[in-house]
Formats: sequence, C-alpha cells, structure tokens
Amino acid sequence: MTSTALAFLSAGFGAGLAVLGAGLGIGRLAAAALEGSARQPTAAGDIRTSMIISAALIEGVTLFAIVVCVLLAIKV
Amino acid sequence: MTSLLATLALALATTQHAPEATPAPAPSAQSEAQEHRATAPAPEHGAAAHEGAHAGQAESGMEKFEEETEQREEKLSDVLLEHVSDGYVLEYPGICGTHHHPERKALRWDCETDLKHVFGDSLVFHAGSTTIDMTPTKHLVMLWLGSAVLLLAFFVSVRRRALVPKGLYNFLELLVQFVRDEIAVKNIGKEDADRFVPYLCTAFFFILFVNLFGLIPWAATATGNIAVTAALALFTFFITQYAQIKAQGFGGYLKHLTGGVAPWLWPIMIPVEILGLFTKPFALTIRLFANMVAGHIVILSLLGLIFALGSPLVAVGSVPMALAIFALELFVAFVQAYIFTMLSSLFIGAGLVHHGDDHGHDEHAHAAPAAEGGHGSHAAGKVPSHG
Repeated sequence: MTSTALAFLSAGFGAGLAVLGAGLGIGRLAAAALEGSARQPTAAGDIRTSMIISAALIEGVTLFAIVVCVLLAIKV
Repeated sequence: MTSLLATLALALATTQHAPEATPAPAPSAQSEAQEHRATAPAPEHGAAAHEGAHAGQAESGMEKFEEETEQREEKLSDVLLEHVSDGYVLEYPGICGTHHHPERKALRWDCETDLKHVFGDSLVFHAGSTTIDMTPTKHLVMLWLGSAVLLLAFFVSVRRRALVPKGLYNFLELLVQFVRDEIAVKNIGKEDADRFVPYLCTAFFFILFVNLFGLIPWAATATGNIAVTAALALFTFFITQYAQIKAQGFGGYLKHLTGGVAPWLWPIMIPVEILGLFTKPFALTIRLFANMVAGHIVILSLLGLIFALGSPLVAVGSVPMALAIFALELFVAFVQAYIFTMLSSLFIGAGLVHHGDDHGHDEHAHAAPAAEGGHGSHAAGKVPSHG
C-alpha cells in the first residue's frame, strides 16, 4: 500500500474512532444530566446549562482528532 | 428520517452501475458551481470510490476537451478546500462575464473578484529578504464586514437609549447582561468582573457575529481561519496573565510558575508550567477553529455527494440532511461564542484568586469548591460513623 492509501485509510479509521469516543462520552453525559433532572426537576435549568457546556468541551476534543483526519485526507 | 435514509440508500444503489455522468447543469439551489464534477475518491465516498477511480482514468482524456468548453472541471476535495480555506478570490452574485468570456456580462450568481488583481503588488512589502504580503484575503474582508455589522448594530441601537429599552437595544442589552451576570460575575467574582466585562462582551459578540456571517451564502467564516482564532486566544492569554500579575504581583506570578515544589525541582517544574500556560489558549484556538470548519465541511460534503454520485436523485436525501446540519451549525455558532467567553472568564477568574495553601494550578480551582462541598457534607454525616 502506498503512503497515500494508508493516509486515506487512517483518516477514515480516525474519524470513526473519534465519533465513537464523542458518542460514548456525550451519551454518558446526557444520561447523567437527564437522570439528575428527573431526580430534581427544579435544578433542570442549571443541569441543562452545564450539560451544554460539557458537551461543547467534549466535542472540542473530538474535533482535535477530526482536524488530524482532515489533514491526512487532504494529503498535507 | 428513516424514509430519507432509505431514499439515499436507493439513490446510492441505482447510481452504482450508472456511468459517470457528464456534467449536466443540474438545478441546484446551493452555491456549488454547476460545472463541478467529482473525480476524487475522498474517504467519505466509500463505495463510489472504486467507480470514480475507474471512470476518472477514462475521462482524463475527455477533460482536456471539456476544459475548452465553458465549464470548469474541479475535484470535490479541491472545491471543498477552496470554500473553507482562505484565498484571494471573493465570490458574490452580480453582473459580470464568465471566466472564458469576460465580455458577456449578465446577472450571474457566481461572479468572482480576485483581490490580487485588484491590488496587484501595491500591498506587497519587501523588507530585506522577506516578503510581507498584505493584500486583503477573503477571510479578512469577512472580518471587516462582521466588525462593521457589529459596530453598526450597537451604535444604531444605543442612539435610542431610554430607561425602558425597546427593540434592538433591548435584545442587545439582554445579551450583554447575560455576559456580565452569567459569565463574568459567576467566574470572576463581583468586585473584579466589571474590569473584564468589556473584553468578554467584545469576544462574545465578535465571535457570534463572525460565526453567523459564515452561514450566509457567498460569505465565509473568518473564525474558520486558525490565525483569527489564534489571535483571539492570544488576547485571552495576555489578559489572563495581566490580570494574574496585577492581582498577585510579579513575584507571586513567578512563584505560581514554580508550582509550590522544592527549589531543586524548579528546572523541571518551570518549563512544564510554562508549557502548561500555553495549552489553554491552544485548546481555545483549536476548539473554535475546528468547530467552525467541521460544520462547513460536513455540509459541503453532503451536497458534494450529489455531484460525486452524479445523480440528482441523491439530492432527495442529501439536501434535508445538509439542512439539519445547517441548523446544528446555527446552534454551534452561539454555543462556541458562549464557550470561548466562558472559558476566558474562567481563566481570568482562576488567575485572580489569591491562592493560600493549595497548589495554584488552574485545574485545582475546580477542585476547591468541590472540596468545600465535601467538607460540608462531612460535617453533616459525622455522627453515625463511629458506632
């Protein structure tokens, strides 16, 4: 396999793994947030705000990996 | 949703065996030029890649012939990169001639202006052996436009200032109050917040407006340029260090850098701490940049799928998905502005706190209120443990 083919292959794998990590992390986050809101509905607003902030931070880390995958895919 | 997926799957299946379509001007409401045809096996076009590779070789002979016609042939990945990255070409709808026939002026939706042709060499400066090219680029023009809209919005609304605010002023005051109360006061503290609210408001509104600007057709996202986000993160970095030095004195700031370990560990500790100083602005940079660029790439890839597979039927599944991602992008524009501002205020607030006995790493600033909560519950549950 040439290095270009390997770069494309790894870009694909990397994107899949990054989405896996993000999905697992944000899924657990959403589960905890929903459970907390169910236990105490009055805190639902605060919990929602914290959830959005945490989701954005987790997604930021995922996008580090996506940037690397895009760099590989455009053969830089 | 499943019906959309089923339609997309059906379209993919039917186009698998269809020959690579000649670039017929398919009606498209998007800004993709009708002449673009995909021949690049980009990683997301998994199954179509084989077909594209075979057809691409057969058509390389045809490409030269087709170049002489009015249509431009470009690869999908090139189109993607051209839309997302910085360049000297501005696109806009207007009255102009085409690339090959500049004299036939008509109302077109894909006029181009090459800023290099407009400015020539007038803004290219030579200093010794280095060349500094100051010709405006697409992202720079978008920055100017975003700043102009921002200044216009605020100055126009402030003129009608009254005790009971109405209209645009009311809405902007809502947002400014949100930045001051929820972001600045919560993270920096009541006494010091007002010193930093101007910067935080500027950061929030600037990033918000520039992000939203990128979603307008024919415009580009200036925050999709890593230099812009790096500059914003550098502003936060300098303000954080300035705030910390002002609050703790320069000696206190240096002591902070040692991390509270014994002096013989300083040669290891200080470089590590200095590196740690830069990870936060770096994370701010990459987070904002990658969020903005990734959304655009996904939208363009979904729409480019229509051209990669060559069948208009793909649009039935692809355009609604692109629309959903577009709505997500709207949300992400707001959230990223909020996250950048909130993290900036968090870093400023963490630097301002006078650390007593704990290590003074900014991560431990989160641990401090949690530890206090733990101590509180300890006191409540003290009685039954020693039975």
